[in-house]
Amino acid sequence: MKIRAQISMILNLDKCIGCHTCSVTCKNVWTGREGVEYAWFNNVETKPGIGYPDDWEDQARWNGGWELKKNGKLQPKMGGKLGVLAKVFANPDLPEIDDYYEPFTFDYEHLQKAPEMKATPTARPRSMITGERMEKINKGPNWEEILGGEFSKRSKDYNFEDVEKEIYGQFENTFMMYLPRLCEHCLNPACVAVCPSGAIYKREEDGVVLIDQNKCRGWRMCISGCPYKKIYYNWSSGKSEKCTLCYPRLEAGQPTVCSETCVGRIRYLGVVLYDADRIEEAASAEKETDLYESHLNIFLDPNDPEVQRQARADGVPDTWLESAKKSPIWKMAMEWKIAFPLHPEYRTLPMVWYVPPLSPIQSMAQAGAFGEKGAMPNVRDLRIPLKYLANLLTAGDEEPVARALEKLIAMRAYMRSKSYEGAEDASIPGKVGMTPEQIDEMYQLMAIANYEDRFVIPTTHREYAEDAYGIRNDCGFSFGEGCGEPKQAVEWTGLFAKNPSNEKV
Amino acid sequence: MANYLNQFLFGFYPYICLAVLAIGSILRFEHGQYSWRSGSSQLLRRKQLVMGSILFHVGILIIFFGHLVGLLTPIWVFDALGISHGAKQILAIVVGGFAGVMCFFGAVLLIHRRLFDARIRATSSFGDTTILLLLFAQLLLGLSTIFVSMQHLDGHEMVKFMSWAQRIFTFRGGAADFVADAHPIFKAHLFLGLTIFLVFPFTRLVHMLSAPIWYLNRRGYQLVRTKRRNPIGDNITPPAE
Repeated sequence: MKIRAQISMILNLDKCIGCHTCSVTCKNVWTGREGVEYAWFNNVETKPGIGYPDDWEDQARWNGGWELKKNGKLQPKMGGKLGVLAKVFANPDLPEIDDYYEPFTFDYEHLQKAPEMKATPTARPRSMITGERMEKINKGPNWEEILGGEFSKRSKDYNFEDVEKEIYGQFENTFMMYLPRLCEHCLNPACVAVCPSGAIYKREEDGVVLIDQNKCRGWRMCISGCPYKKIYYNWSSGKSEKCTLCYPRLEAGQPTVCSETCVGRIRYLGVVLYDADRIEEAASAEKETDLYESHLNIFLDPNDPEVQRQARADGVPDTWLESAKKSPIWKMAMEWKIAFPLHPEYRTLPMVWYVPPLSPIQSMAQAGAFGEKGAMPNVRDLRIPLKYLANLLTAGDEEPVARALEKLIAMRAYMRSKSYEGAEDASIPGKVGMTPEQIDEMYQLMAIANYEDRFVIPTTHREYAEDAYGIRNDCGFSFGEGCGEPKQAVEWTGLFAKNPSNEKV
Repeated sequence: MANYLNQFLFGFYPYICLAVLAIGSILRFEHGQYSWRSGSSQLLRRKQLVMGSILFHVGILIIFFGHLVGLLTPIWVFDALGISHGAKQILAIVVGGFAGVMCFFGAVLLIHRRLFDARIRATSSFGDTTILLLLFAQLLLGLSTIFVSMQHLDGHEMVKFMSWAQRIFTFRGGAADFVADAHPIFKAHLFLGLTIFLVFPFTRLVHMLSAPIWYLNRRGYQLVRTKRRNPIGDNITPPAE
């Protein structure tokens, strides 16, 4: 047994309002540069939809993630090591920028400088790659927002597998949900596995997956290897870039920018302990529907003294063990089992998990509500098809998702009986296999969602890892142009001025 | 004067070029590694790249290793193997010609894409376009030497070039004399080849030094890095110093 700690994230989709604050704050901090205008380390998709980039979930098209070979061994779906190297000259699995969208800006300046004319001046779009006029913008970072576009296109969504999707094209039956996505900081990352330069690595201390910008040679295999398409090729620098889980903030004990700014308080960050020796075994479960269970099984109980002893021996700091005991991730994903990994069938063991969203009950009469009889409504009658959620979160196994949704409904019913109806219905928690105390705790964490409960992040003990004296006056990360601001830095020339870096002579 | 020029271009210039190649590459790797990359533009335009890049790379790699082995293997090795000079020359012409044609079609596709595709053109640096055109010119010169070679198939000229290259690489004088009476096309091919060595560290060509063959040797697939000085057993106790 080799115990490692990881900072993991949970997103409560039941509370996501699709405001994109996470995406925008992330963009402002990380990807407001030439070459990554099109890249969103965090984006929010409206589901059902094909997503961003196009069809990212369809690995028959993109060959991301892992596949289990007949001999029981895991291999990247895009090929073994020779297979990966054979794609170096031209990578057939690489999306083109049009599969994301061609980044654009508008001629805002024209609005101020247009001469007197009969028609109102307009700001027309311009490509941020070529600087040329774009006649029509036909895709953007959030093209399917709130079910934008035709159902025939959106319904190509991979999660409709085994769902009779035609009826959901009808207005009365339509459903939607938001899915904020970021790098999953997987335990078995396929991007690391297919990087021929060895530039991508997982940090032992906190599990963050990073790209060494100096070692990246731009072979662009990681972009295909990642089934979540969360590595982006910077076409200006020729290097791949990805979500860093805001590691400079995490190291100081602060939540990521997306979590910090989430107005719906849907994000949770905390430490989980896992057995690093069992990663391969967990990712190699034969049946795809067993992957959720096998993934759960490699997490270790932070309250178990034996686990604590071994973790200390393996170098996990005491402050991290303390945080692990208070981890919201451990409670939601492992104790209450209401959060699930995104697409476990990719076999990367993702570490950003999701609480499935509730939705209105289709027909109250058929479903049966909490009434005098105290019957549980059937979660199969919720507007969002259970199978759809299961395809998203448990490789199609509906049972775990159904139980989680029941717990969410039970929490609401129990708390309503307690605080509104004035008569606590103590029978409710038992129906979903929980105790009243657990429901209270769940309510506190998920409904009240205090800052210090959502984010339990121990600081990194870098002071013992690095000699601060040696790196004083040192240059931090630079773009190879010496210390300080990069030369191509955009100068502030007013709100509507054109971005100088886009001007082509 | 012609003698001096010959001595400079094929006696001294090679050392200038090789020194710049070696020192320049080391300096760039040490001080500006962020700029060390293949510079792929496949993301921006897939069209013409898949065919162009594969033909170009496979062709140029065959040519590169052909030159490496053909020029630098001591001639007695071929003699010992019983390969006549004439036969070696024929082999070089056939393999080099085949790879050259492959590379030619690849380069034409890539150049067309680089010059006429709006996205690629807008994002190309001066170096990107220049090095591609330089390589193309060198390829054309190399292909046209075939017609000169056809005039004398006994391998005699070829042995001269081998002697030249081997003298340069072993720091022996008199190398330039071997190529003094070579056909102008050969001389131009040699000169441009050396010039490509000269500009190598300043272009994207450096990516060939990072050809990721070591990947095949990686144990397993995963990589983990740690910042802890003593990852096992040292439970955040500050090191006593």
